[in-house]
Amino acid sequence: MLQPWNKNGLTVAERLQAEGISRRGFLKFCATTASMMALSPSMVPAIARALENAKRPSVIWLSFQECTGCTESLTRSHSPNLETLILEQVSLDYHHTLQVASGEAAEEAREAAMKENNGRYLVVVDGSIPVDNGGVYSTIAGITNLEMLRETAEGAAAIIAVGTCAAFGGIGYAKPNPTGAMPVSAIISDKPVINVSGCPPIPTVISGVLAHFLTFDKLPEVDDLGRPITFFGQSIHDRCYRRPFYDRGLFAESFDDEGAKKGWCLYRLGCKGPATYNACATTKWNEGTSFPIEAGHPCLGCSEPDFWDMGGFYQPLSTPTGDVTRTLVYGVVAGALIGAAAGSMARTRKIKAQKEHYKVTTDDLEESS
Amino acid sequence: MTPVEFLAWVRGPMFQIAVAIFALGVAIRIVEIFVLGRKQDLSEPRRDGVVPGIKTIFGRSIPDTGTFKRSPLNVVAGYIFHIGLFTTILFFVPHIELFHSVLGLQWPGLPTPFIDAVTVVTIFAMVVILINRLRNPVLKFLSTFEDYLCWLVTLLPLLTGYLAFHRMLFPYQTMLGIHILSVEILLIVFPFTKLMHFFTVFLARWYNGSAFGRRGVQS
Repeated sequence: MLQPWNKNGLTVAERLQAEGISRRGFLKFCATTASMMALSPSMVPAIARALENAKRPSVIWLSFQECTGCTESLTRSHSPNLETLILEQVSLDYHHTLQVASGEAAEEAREAAMKENNGRYLVVVDGSIPVDNGGVYSTIAGITNLEMLRETAEGAAAIIAVGTCAAFGGIGYAKPNPTGAMPVSAIISDKPVINVSGCPPIPTVISGVLAHFLTFDKLPEVDDLGRPITFFGQSIHDRCYRRPFYDRGLFAESFDDEGAKKGWCLYRLGCKGPATYNACATTKWNEGTSFPIEAGHPCLGCSEPDFWDMGGFYQPLSTPTGDVTRTLVYGVVAGALIGAAAGSMARTRKIKAQKEHYKVTTDDLEESS
Repeated sequence: MTPVEFLAWVRGPMFQIAVAIFALGVAIRIVEIFVLGRKQDLSEPRRDGVVPGIKTIFGRSIPDTGTFKRSPLNVVAGYIFHIGLFTTILFFVPHIELFHSVLGLQWPGLPTPFIDAVTVVTIFAMVVILINRLRNPVLKFLSTFEDYLCWLVTLLPLLTGYLAFHRMLFPYQTMLGIHILSVEILLIVFPFTKLMHFFTVFLARWYNGSAFGRRGVQS
């Protein structure tokens, strides 16, 4: 069912005004958005103008094979936070975790939003899509995730894959991937897809991408993994406040040693920060309170593809992921056996040659000549 | 192949392949040397070979005056490069983690900026060694493809490690992957080339030293 406020056609600015947000507050929001997206301050009026005139776009949120962590993350952007404000300004027409409607009524809301905003609505996906055996492993209202994604994507302006599951397959995609889980980009190729990865992704990043779309009517610039460069352009390690300890070679070696208490680098405890690109170290979590490393836990690398299959979470980045000790032992034992066999064969040949050797005297030579 | 897949491959299957070839190759060659043994010396020994053998193992680490006078550059650069290589391999903390995970042994590391400086000096020493090899007509004449190959596979881990640590050239995952791959290439090339001297150098010194000792010859 469409929400009544979706039909009143208010622009973002009008909506904010109706909610009692001052012009000053609105411009402040625009400036924050510009800086967050690493745009020049000269872009602020352009953002303000675009947002003033932008109609609240219809957003259809599809939750597939997921844990609801992404939605949880989004709802934790505490009110009256700017992220929440901007999210109130999009028309979230279908989100089966958050909406009141259920069953057929819920599906009707999706279909109505698709019909009314054909070619203009945004699709947000969280969760991977199981494709094995026709996608039977996850269905909503009897429709497989695969079918629902294809159907909904058809009239979409763009798709935002929220969370590592939707972006790269996540835990469902991890070995042995029993459901044949796939990321959105593996299924939809004819629509712009942007990956907002993370397990879960940072709320500011989700709303930042939405703000960019509202402002410029297109998705932001992306890296080679389809992630917005603004937020995923730098590694956790590059922006980590513990980086000086790494550079000085001071490491915590357990979770309760002196190094851990002094806040030294967590590399030896398995931190994947050097190989992880995300905005945690700058944007932080819970209204800028902290991020995992600040809480004393190494980065898991959750915004990177296959992070579940990159060896143990507490295994340092410089170590091999397989059982190399076993390979080394087997290799040395097998090598020693082959070496001993080859050496013995050579010795046997030598002894044999020595036995066959006989002395020739000058008399023998005279006889033979 | 994405940078993440590349890194997963060099840390996973490729590491196993490299270690398997290294372990197999090195074990075959060393065991074969022992099993073959030395030709029996039937002459009456002038003296026992043990002491001269041990003496030679250590003594030959000090260049004799003649050698030093003939090619001081080679001796000095050679020493710097060997010590530098050991320092970077054995005392950089991420490397210690690698040894810990494979061998179960660990030891204290050295401060990262020190390792960083040593790496630069080591690379410089290796470049000097190569220039010397190319400029000295006798050395150049004696050099084979294997000599240049060994130089290259030893230099690459140092160079790529330096680039990875300073997050230069490529995104970190790719650069770290290239660094690990360069070490794997070194491990694979190792048993088939003169790099084997890592294991045979002291063995050879022992054989020489003890044989000379038995004959009453100074070594």
